[in-house]
Amino acid sequence: MNATELAAAVRSGERSAVEVVEEHLSRIDAREGELHAFNLVMADDARAAAAQIDAAVARGEDPGPLAGVPVALKDNMCTRGLPTTCSSKILDGWKPPYDATVVTRLRDAGAVFVGKTNLDEFAMGSSTENSAFGPTRNPHDPSRVPGGSSGGSAAAVAADFAALSLGSDTGGSIRQPAALCGVVGVKPTYGAVSRYGLIAFASSLDQIGPFATTVADAALALEVIWGHDPLDSTSIGSVPSAIESPLAVLDRGVEGLRVGIVDEITLAEGIAPEVRAAVEAAGLALESAGASVEHVSVPSAEYGLSAYYLIAPAEASSNLARYDGVRYGLRVDGETVEQMNAATRDCGFGAEVKRRIMLGTYALSTGYYDAYYGTAQRVRTLIIRDFERAYERFDVLLGATSPTVAFELGARTADPLAMYLSDVCTVPSNLSGDPAMSVPFGADAAGLPIGVQVLAPALQEATMFRVAAAIEAAKGSAS
Amino acid sequence: MTDTTDTADASRTDQWETVVGLEVHVELATVTKLFCACPNLFGAEPNTNICPVCLGLPGSLPVLNERVVEFALRVGEAFHFDVPERSIFHRKNYFYPDMPKDFQTTQYDEPICLAGWLDVDGVRVGITRAHLEEDTGKSVHLGGGGRIHDASHSLVDYNRAGVPLMEIVSEPDMRSSEQARRYVEELRATLLAIGVSDVKMEEGSLRVDANISVRHYGDEFGTRAEIKNVNSLRSLARAIDYEHDRQIEMLERGERVKQETRHWDEEAGCTRPGRSKEEPDDYRYFPEPDLVPIAPSAELRAHVRASMPELPAAQRTRLIDEWGINDHEAGVLLSTPGLAEYAETAVVALDGGGTPKDVVNWATNDVLSYVNETGLSPALLAPEMLAELVRLVGDGTISRNQARDVLAESLREEKWPKAIVSERGLAQVSDEGALGAAVDDVLAQNADAVEEWRSGDDKVKKKKRGFLMGECMKALKGQGNPQLLNRLLDERLARG
Amino acid sequence: MSEPGARITRAEVTHVARLARLALTDDEADSLTRELGVILDNAARVSALDTAGVPPTAHPVPLVNVLRADVPKPCLDRDEVLSQAPAVEDGRFLVPRILGEEP
Ligand SMILES: [Mg+2]
Ligand SMILES: [Zn+2]
Repeated sequence: MNATELAAAVRSGERSAVEVVEEHLSRIDAREGELHAFNLVMADDARAAAAQIDAAVARGEDPGPLAGVPVALKDNMCTRGLPTTCSSKILDGWKPPYDATVVTRLRDAGAVFVGKTNLDEFAMGSSTENSAFGPTRNPHDPSRVPGGSSGGSAAAVAADFAALSLGSDTGGSIRQPAALCGVVGVKPTYGAVSRYGLIAFASSLDQIGPFATTVADAALALEVIWGHDPLDSTSIGSVPSAIESPLAVLDRGVEGLRVGIVDEITLAEGIAPEVRAAVEAAGLALESAGASVEHVSVPSAEYGLSAYYLIAPAEASSNLARYDGVRYGLRVDGETVEQMNAATRDCGFGAEVKRRIMLGTYALSTGYYDAYYGTAQRVRTLIIRDFERAYERFDVLLGATSPTVAFELGARTADPLAMYLSDVCTVPSNLSGDPAMSVPFGADAAGLPIGVQVLAPALQEATMFRVAAAIEAAKGSAS
Repeated sequence: MTDTTDTADASRTDQWETVVGLEVHVELATVTKLFCACPNLFGAEPNTNICPVCLGLPGSLPVLNERVVEFALRVGEAFHFDVPERSIFHRKNYFYPDMPKDFQTTQYDEPICLAGWLDVDGVRVGITRAHLEEDTGKSVHLGGGGRIHDASHSLVDYNRAGVPLMEIVSEPDMRSSEQARRYVEELRATLLAIGVSDVKMEEGSLRVDANISVRHYGDEFGTRAEIKNVNSLRSLARAIDYEHDRQIEMLERGERVKQETRHWDEEAGCTRPGRSKEEPDDYRYFPEPDLVPIAPSAELRAHVRASMPELPAAQRTRLIDEWGINDHEAGVLLSTPGLAEYAETAVVALDGGGTPKDVVNWATNDVLSYVNETGLSPALLAPEMLAELVRLVGDGTISRNQARDVLAESLREEKWPKAIVSERGLAQVSDEGALGAAVDDVLAQNADAVEEWRSGDDKVKKKKRGFLMGECMKALKGQGNPQLLNRLLDERLARG
Repeated sequence: MSEPGARITRAEVTHVARLARLALTDDEADSLTRELGVILDNAARVSALDTAGVPPTAHPVPLVNVLRADVPKPCLDRDEVLSQAPAVEDGRFLVPRILGEEP
C-alpha cells in the first residue's frame, strides 16, 4: 500500500495506524541489518505516535492527510530531544532542543516517524559512503550504492521501511538517489519548503523534498511540508496559496504541453547509453500522450558542475565553522582553544567534509575570491538566464537524473572528481533555484532502475508533476 | 634627535598634528535581538537569553528585526547619510569562542548608511559609513588575574550574542583628543535624542575604538595605531594624548610607527601592543545566503523623516536663543536624557510666573542632582510641579531657601509644591501692614541698637542693621518676605 | 593555465587549514594538495565562460525586506542547552585558554 492508500485507510478506520507501523517495523527488522538505511530507528516513538492516531480516529477526529503514514527523516533535520547527527562524528550524541519546521508539519498532518536515515556526512557525497556510521546499500542490489547524499531516505522508501521519506537536495541529493533506488524524488523550488531546522550544507542551494513510491504520494507529501515559514527569511510567501496544487492536476494529462529535452544533461559525455535511451523513450511517451517534444540546448548548464563545486564548498566552509567543540557535539581537548578547535575538527570531520571545507575556504580567501567564488556566481547568473530562455519555448524540460545506474560500493571513493560527476545533471536546478524531480523510468539490462528528470520553472511544480505522472503512467509499456 | 625635552616639546606643538578617526559600536535599544526573538537585555543570568538562532545551533536561521531597519533609517537622517536603495549582509569568517557560528553576520561593502557627517563645535566631521552587525557573547577569563592570555580557562556567556549593533565609522577628520571627545559626546546626544540607543559606555552599549596617527602639518597621513578598550570619554582623551606622545617620540627617534592594534591600560595610563599575529587576518567575506536584501520602502523613509525629533544641535541653538541661557547650561540640559524635554514642558507650564532661565537653574541643579541620586529618568517627574515652584518663588510666596526644601519633598513624595507650602505653613508674610507693624515693634523694643546704628560708622551701621533685621525675622517666625522686610526696615531707619 | 593539478601549493594548503581550523596531519596535507589541485582544475572551467559585465547571483530568490516584528519569544531552557555542552562551569560554556584576540 502506498502513502495515499495508507492515509485513506487509517482515516476511514479501515486499518489501524499501529498495525501499519508494525508492518513497516517488521520489514525494518528483517532487512535493516543488510541495508543500513537508518542512523536511528524510532520503534517505540513510532508505536506511541501510531496509537495516538488510532485514538484520534476512534474519537471521530481526522488526524490529517498523512494519518498513520510511516515517514523516515534524513538525519540532517532537527528532531527535538532525539539524536541528529548528519552522519558525522562531530555531532554524535547531540540532541537538538527544537524541531525542524518540516518535522512539525509532518507530525501535525498525522505522519508517524519511524527513524532518522543515513546520509553522506553533512550531505556531502553522492553515494552515502561518506557516512561516519558506514554506508547504506541499494535495496535493488546490496553490492551497490543507493546514491547520495540522501541514500538512507531513498533506500528506506525503496525497501518499504517507510511509505514516505524526506531528503535534502543541494546538488542532486534527492533526485540522484531516487533514480538509483527506483523511487520518485522531488527537489521543490528554492524557498518553497522551509529550511528551518535543516542542518545547512550550502544555504543558497539546500532544499528539502520528499521521496515516495508514486508521483501522487510525492505530491501529497510536498503539499504537507511546503508553504511560508516566518522562521526562514528565504521562504517564499506565496506558496502554496498563489500556485496550483500538484495533487489537483495530476490526472490532467499533458496534451498541448511543450517539452524540451536538454542536450547538456542527456547527451553529454559520461551519460550511459541506456540512460539516454530512457530519456528519449520518456520523450516519446509524452509525445504520444499529446505533448510536443523537441531537443534544446542550455549551453551554460555544462559549467554548472564547476560553478557548483565552488559555491557549495564556499558556503559550507562557513556553515560548518560552528562545529568547534565549544557548545555541543564532539570535543577533542587541547592546550588552547585554538588547538582544541583544530583537533576537534580534524577528528570529527571525515575526509570528504575536510576536502570541501578546504576547497571552500580557499575559494573565498584573499586573492582567489574573484577568480573562483566571484566567477562561479556570475556563471550562476548565466545558467539562470539560459533556463529562462529555454522556458520561453518550453513548459518543462527533460533530461537524465544520474549519468549512470547505481554503481558498486567503492567504485568512486578513490577519485573525488569521478564522484562529483555523479551530480552533473542535477546541479543546474540547484543553481537556478528551479524545481526538478526524478521519476523511475525503466531499467538497465541488469534490472537496475533508471530515473528520468523533469525540470520546470520556479513555482511551476503543478506542471512538473503532471508531466511526471504521465511518465509514470507510461512506464509499464516502455520498459 | 638630541634636543632637550623643552625644545622637543616646543617643536612638537609647532610641527606635529594628531589625526584621529573613530569607530563607534552602538548597541541598539530594541526589545529583541538582531536576528531572533530573544530579549535584548543587559545583566540577565548567564545563558538565559538564548535560542537556537543566537546560539548558532545547527539548522537555525536568522530573520531580521524590523525595528533595526527603522533605527538605521533614523541614524541615516540624523547624520545626513545616504541610505542606498538596497543593502545586504555579509558573513565575516573567523573563529572565536564568543561567536556562536564562528562567523559574524555584518554589513560589508553594501552597508545601510553611507557618507554622512556630524558638526562638532563648528567643525564638520565626516562619517564614512554606519552598518548593522550582530554583537558577540562575552567571556570571563579565570586564573592569571583575569588577563586573557594568562588565564587557565575561560567561560562564555552568549546572552549578548546577536544583540544588534550599529558600527559608525568616522573619517580621520579629528585633530585633537578634545575634538574626539566632543565628537563622541555629540554622537551620543544625537543617538539618545533619536531613541535608538541608551548609549551607556559603562554597560558597553557604546564602545569606541580610536585610529590615531601623527604627521607634520601638510604631510600625508602617518601610519595609524588602532586603540581598543577605551571605556570612557576620559580614557579616550587620555589614550589619544598618550598615543600622540608615543608616536612623536618614536618618529623623532627615527623609528617607524607600526600599524597595529593596541589596548588602553586604564590603570597604567598607557597603550600596549596586542599579541602579534602569525598571519594576517583573512575574513573571507561573502554575501549572507540566509538573509535577503534590505530595501527600505518610500513609505518607511517618509515615516521616519516625519517622526524625527529635533536634534541636539538644533535644540541647543534654539534654547540658547529663546531662553537666554549659556552654552554650558544648554550642554548640561542636553546631556541628560529627558532633562531638556522636562525643562521645556516646565517652561510652558510657567504661564508667565517666572523665566525660562529660572526653570533651567532649578532643572540643572536640584532636579539633576535628584535624578543622579535616584537613577530616575526626568521623564518620570512632573515638570508642572517645578513650574509651580518657580511661580511660588516668583510671586514671593516662599524664599529661594524654602523652595529648595519644598522641591526636594515635592520630587520625593510626588506632591505639589503649593500643598507642601500650606501643610508646612511656609507661606511668606508679604502683607506690608503686618510687616510694618512688626518692624515698628522691633525698633521700639531695641531703641539702644537703633541709637548705636544712628551714631556708628559704616561697619557699626552694617552690624546693627543686620541685628535688627534678624530680630524682625524672629518676630515673624522666619516667614517675612525678605525683600519687603529689608525695604521697610531701611525706610523706617532713614525716617528716624 | 598552470600544470594540471598544480593550482594550489602545499604551503597554501597549510595556510588554508589554519584559516579553517583543521589540524591536518602531514599525510592529509599531502593528499589534499593533490586532490584540491585536480578539483580546482575542473572548477577553473568556469573562467572559460565570458562573464564580463554579468552580475553575480548570490541567491536564487528575488525577495527583499523579510522582516520580523520586534516582539520577544521564550528562550531555551538553560539546563537543556548546557546539558549538550562538552564542558560547563557556573552556567557558562568552559573553553581552554584563548590565545588569539578578537578582531
Ligand atoms: Mg564590525
Ligand atoms: Zn536568540
